[in-house]
Amino acid sequence: MDWNLTWEAVAQAIMLGLMNGAFYALLSLGLSITFGILDIVNFAHGAMYMMGAFVGWMLLSYFGIGFWPALILAPLAIGLFGILIERTMLVRLYGLHHIYGLLLTFGMARVIEGLFRIRFSVSGQRYPVPDLLKGGLDLGFIYMPIYRVWVIVASLAICFGIWFAINGTRLGSYLRASIENASLVRAFGINVPRLVTLTFGLGAGLAGLTGVLAAPIFSVSPLMGSSIIVVVFAVVVIGGLGSIMGSILGGFALGIVEALTQAFYSQASHVGIFIAMGIVLLIKQGGLSGSTARVT
Amino acid sequence: MSVASFDSMSAELRQRRTRFWAMSAIGLVLALIAPQLLYSVFLMMALCFALFASSFNLLFGYLGLLSFGHAAFFGGAAYATGWAIRDWGFTPELGILFGGMVAGAMGLAVGVLAVRRTGIYFAMITFALAEFVYFLANQLPFTGGENGLTDVPRRAALGFIDIGTSGRLYYFILAVIALSIWALWRIVHSPFGNVLKAIHQNEPRAISLGYDVQKYKIVAFVLSAFFSGIAGGAKVLVFQFAALADVHWSNSGEPVMMTLMGGMGTTLGPSIGAFFVTALQFYLAELGEWVTIIYGGIFMIFVLALRRGVLGEAPDMIRKLRRLFTKRAAR
Repeated sequence: MDWNLTWEAVAQAIMLGLMNGAFYALLSLGLSITFGILDIVNFAHGAMYMMGAFVGWMLLSYFGIGFWPALILAPLAIGLFGILIERTMLVRLYGLHHIYGLLLTFGMARVIEGLFRIRFSVSGQRYPVPDLLKGGLDLGFIYMPIYRVWVIVASLAICFGIWFAINGTRLGSYLRASIENASLVRAFGINVPRLVTLTFGLGAGLAGLTGVLAAPIFSVSPLMGSSIIVVVFAVVVIGGLGSIMGSILGGFALGIVEALTQAFYSQASHVGIFIAMGIVLLIKQGGLSGSTARVT
Repeated sequence: MSVASFDSMSAELRQRRTRFWAMSAIGLVLALIAPQLLYSVFLMMALCFALFASSFNLLFGYLGLLSFGHAAFFGGAAYATGWAIRDWGFTPELGILFGGMVAGAMGLAVGVLAVRRTGIYFAMITFALAEFVYFLANQLPFTGGENGLTDVPRRAALGFIDIGTSGRLYYFILAVIALSIWALWRIVHSPFGNVLKAIHQNEPRAISLGYDVQKYKIVAFVLSAFFSGIAGGAKVLVFQFAALADVHWSNSGEPVMMTLMGGMGTTLGPSIGAFFVTALQFYLAELGEWVTIIYGGIFMIFVLALRRGVLGEAPDMIRKLRRLFTKRAAR
């Protein structure tokens, strides 16, 4: 345990926490949207994030397609994959207890991870930082790599973009209405099943996008999904499943909690998160955002 | 309640009891001669997982609570048993009991937090807390970190029964597991078990009938953790070590898959699932990573199409087959 930290070290930890939090926020956001509409906790969300990173890496090493096109192409690929999964499998589980969705995607995560482990083994692949985002900013008291700043900014932009799409557009209002009462929305002539399919595709695509963003920072490995999904689950429990604001705030807050714990006691990085989750559960049963499954 | 319905109820109970004893008698005979036919280490591994899955089934099958963190109890007890036997000189049966009690205590801590929520939240909370246990197992000084806790001796059971060879150990493990599964069966078919089933079927009604639902859930959780711990402790005797893989989250998935494949909410379903899955892992081991994929794929098929598991679907299948054959005969 190290209590004699300098302010520089604390500031450094907070910046690191913000960056990790950016990934947590994006992933738990995707998980939350999916749950809000489909009532399914997608255990394969981590696997889809890993697939996104691999699609980005494959585009670069097999076809020479760089980071910026990959930011569009990889989410599209993963989104289509998600739509395929929803149409062929998840559709059979609607109306059943939502535990079955979790179980199906749990099996799926194992299959996907296993396939990637056979093809790429567990060692990580390196993905270079794009030229435009190389280098760093010296703010006097801390040094910030530009790519990390980009991740934080991009994550915030995407999160608020999605928040606006759900709360400020017509399509978003259909979405919110179908969460409240799907059969009534259908009675108005809106194709709810298609809306559900697209939402799952959006959630999967978001996981893929996060994967591409993560590729230059973490090594691209088949295990990257299952190691991050644990933290994301904790974020989602704290933020309130199905709550968009809860996911975003919870993601960033937990990233900082984790990084600060790590700075004070380096082996205990994840422990801070689980202690935070325990406290929230003891004090407030519905997660910080209060109510249960609602996209707001 | 009229006398007639009371009689029919006790008749049903009697029938269920005869069926259980008949099944267990057949099972016991099979279990006693099994080492002549199959590799005894495989059998012991399957027995440990049969108890692990059965204790999970107490929560999932009868109470409807999906725990995704049972590896914490299985693995936590594995470390506790290994430590007690190796460093404190416990006899095997006391070591296993100690492991079970440590797991039960952990179950109390996790259960108090987790039963505040139901359904998907329950699964995620148990999952996250089990990860916390995994972290502890990796960091604490006595677990041996990456290497695990190794060289656990097989002392004489009760102080005088030699269980040094796998052939002898098998019967000791069989006794421990059979006793535990019988205890679980007793719990499920006791008044306490009936309250659990009532809570599963209609929680608000159970509350309005005056049952302290939270307390029942916590007790069930502790019992389930205790028996998972017995399974983990027995496993340490078989392999003579406890490792990080025992507490890893993928090990939490094992009882879930075994129970669903065998048939949740049935007495013997989880054991059948456990034997099937262990056989898959044991005899296809040379396929390496492909085992995980095949296993995950089979599990997905069960979730999509055979949700009641082998035991649940079997009566329907037999009926369908019979109808098919009688139709042919009539033609």
